[in-house]
Amino acid sequence: MTHAVIADNVHFSYTSQTENVPIPVFDGLNLTVEEGSFVAVLGRNGCGKSTLAKHLNAIVLPEGGSVRVFGMDTTDEQQLLDIRRTVGMVFQNPDNQMVANVVEEDVAFAPENLGVPSAEIRKRVDDALKAVGMYEYRTHAPHLLSGGQKQRIAIAGVIAMQPRCIVLDEPTAMLDPHGREEVLRTIEDLNKNHGITVILITHHMTEAIRADRVLVMEKGNIIADGTPKEVFPQVELLKQAGLDVPVTTQLLFELNKSGCNLPLDALSTEECAQALYDLLKA
Amino acid sequence: MAATIEVRDLSHTYSVGTPFQHDAIRHLNFTIEKGEFLGIIGHTGSGKSTLIQHLNGLLKPTSGDVLLEGESIWKDKQTTRSARFRVGLVFQYPEYQLFEETVYKDISFGPKNMGLDAEEIRRRVLRAASFAGVDPNVLDKSPFDLSGGQKRRVAIAGVIAMEPEIVIFDEPTAGLDPAGCASLLENIRSYREATGATVVMISHSMDDVAALADRLLVLNDGAMEMLGTPSQIFAQAERLREIGLSVPQVTSLFIRLHELGLNVDPATYTQASALQQLLSFKGGAAHA
Amino acid sequence: MLKDITLGQYFPGNTIIHRLDPRAKLLIVFVYIVALFLCKWLISYAIAFAFLTAAIILSRIRLKALFKGLKPLLIIIIFTALINLFYSDGRVLVEFWIFHITYEGIWNAFFLVLRIMLLVTGTFLLTYTTSPIALTDGLESLLSPLKKLHFPVHELAMMMSIALRFIPTLIEETDKIISAQKARGADFETGNLFRRAKALIPILVPLFVSAFRRADELATAMECRCYHGGAGRTKMKVLVFRMRDVISLLIVAALLAGIIVLRHFGL
Repeated sequence: MTHAVIADNVHFSYTSQTENVPIPVFDGLNLTVEEGSFVAVLGRNGCGKSTLAKHLNAIVLPEGGSVRVFGMDTTDEQQLLDIRRTVGMVFQNPDNQMVANVVEEDVAFAPENLGVPSAEIRKRVDDALKAVGMYEYRTHAPHLLSGGQKQRIAIAGVIAMQPRCIVLDEPTAMLDPHGREEVLRTIEDLNKNHGITVILITHHMTEAIRADRVLVMEKGNIIADGTPKEVFPQVELLKQAGLDVPVTTQLLFELNKSGCNLPLDALSTEECAQALYDLLKA
Repeated sequence: MAATIEVRDLSHTYSVGTPFQHDAIRHLNFTIEKGEFLGIIGHTGSGKSTLIQHLNGLLKPTSGDVLLEGESIWKDKQTTRSARFRVGLVFQYPEYQLFEETVYKDISFGPKNMGLDAEEIRRRVLRAASFAGVDPNVLDKSPFDLSGGQKRRVAIAGVIAMEPEIVIFDEPTAGLDPAGCASLLENIRSYREATGATVVMISHSMDDVAALADRLLVLNDGAMEMLGTPSQIFAQAERLREIGLSVPQVTSLFIRLHELGLNVDPATYTQASALQQLLSFKGGAAHA
Repeated sequence: MLKDITLGQYFPGNTIIHRLDPRAKLLIVFVYIVALFLCKWLISYAIAFAFLTAAIILSRIRLKALFKGLKPLLIIIIFTALINLFYSDGRVLVEFWIFHITYEGIWNAFFLVLRIMLLVTGTFLLTYTTSPIALTDGLESLLSPLKKLHFPVHELAMMMSIALRFIPTLIEETDKIISAQKARGADFETGNLFRRAKALIPILVPLFVSAFRRADELATAMECRCYHGGAGRTKMKVLVFRMRDVISLLIVAALLAGIIVLRHFGL
């Protein structure tokens, strides 16, 4: 399989404006992401997950070590546009990533920057808007749309570059549950049906459960890495990283403390209910 | 219990006389009891934010009235102004309203507007900072140098410092990480315990309101859909889903267990109660 | 509330006026304004009026909307009309105290009001029938020869379109900040001018902080979407000059020529 991302021994620190001393973020971070996977990155605020995201499309460059995306080294300025076109980025606040006051013009922004011929842009914009289910809104003004709709437009704006990977940095943090679900469905569809590698940075365990692989970050290190079923049963580790566990897992965990022997990887409501039923009806 | 706020046939229409005219809330009638924790839930656009801005007189009702301790807050200008101080309102993302050079000055903005003397202001700022979990070492720093979570706490302290009888929070935990959410909710809970203040909280998280609220008000499309205790509300899971809301995760689990034929309460909404029921069930099963 | 203010209004439509190339429309309005300033007497004004009326009818913009645009200018129009009415030299018709109304004054005032109204209505017709994006594109294209003189045409157009995009967002934000500060007892309505100006600080500081934060995030987002200046950029919608644009330009050129000729005869 191709590697979408290979981060090798990455070092990075940032200088705080007030204290003027470099604060280390990464001290030898290693990470590989396979093409086509759906990876969720979890961690408390300030654990380095946003900085990691910015390393993946050369918005931030490593101070030591290297980051390669689809074989391209992010420090190679010759390939800068190729890197950014290949790894698209969606941010938390949908309002602050839209440039135009008409939906379709906004989606056209990236292909216009890339010098794509006009007819081709039109097609890409229409396809991208259809892919996120916002085609009917193409002539609307973005500020009149809901948060979830705006975020889908932002995703369409990235898809119009025809990327192989999309990195989403807390795309649902400002949305209500309805908008959150809209965005997640869109992401899942892009991953499953369009083969786009997805790296989703989030606080929400309920979102991470839907990924193929979960990474937990703490102070710039990856402290857990595996499928949701492997990671979420590690209740104490997650709590120490400032995270929640799904309520279902929490409940099973507490019951096990009182002498039950329940499977902690029963993550969905259905699985959990079944496990409890099997225990209690006996 | 005595009603502290009474909402009477309250309606609000935006942009009257333009093509954008729409009713945000329609004929709301309810009371908020002294010392209670009222949770307000409803999907985006259901009128939650419009409603709470009526409770401290920021918005004037199109029709109907809001009574504070039995007196209309629109009786005269003085009453309206004092309602702003008696009913504290913490907006969504309140950190975006910080403006002063130091954290101390920012928290004291409200008390200063009340015309209090320096000593009283100082007492209130320190008290509010401690309730909101603001690190006392940052009081002389610029609020703009703080982390997002700390900024939010400063903004909350700025409202609490007015020592309102009622504090309203509009999604206080939006955008915080799980640890930040939990600790902020804990601050709100202990503030209420220590001061006996009435608290109103809008939240999208059913788990949060379930854990904290005494009563829940459910808004749907500007009208009151339900009002009652969490167990009364979450017993109507079907209806909640119909209007685009959900139930706490524990409740979904217990509904499923109930469907599977276990004799549990399908309206269970706290982890503690869930655990208790399951343990007693297990104990019972073991003995049988 | 601030939200109720509508800025840069555009009424979508599909009339011939809407479909004209924005560059043609910008040029037409420019020529039309020049022509207005060259009008000398009733006949010229009547021709300009007829031209505008035809355009309004073709655009199917309702008169009510156009008059609404004139409303905020009413005071200025009346004021300048009065000054012209009272302070023009010539044959005195009525005289009282320091005022004297002259025959020329009445005509001057009448023509001035007419000129302002024709000018404002004409430009409103442009913004009502052209989307802000099309206007910016048109302006960028018209000014593109200036690029040779290292004039930052693309950057200017980009700034304009971003400004248009963020005006509603910032208005909404201002509303929120005002409410939040009012909830802390801020008083914007009482006190002298100095006090009131000071009361704006709690609004302006958060607004600026937020605008800078937004600008910073937007810049990163634009970089992520491969923005690297105007070089090598293409457009989804390419402006095409069609026959109708040429004909419209010829008509307005004829208008200008006609008015110049009439001016020569004092008409």
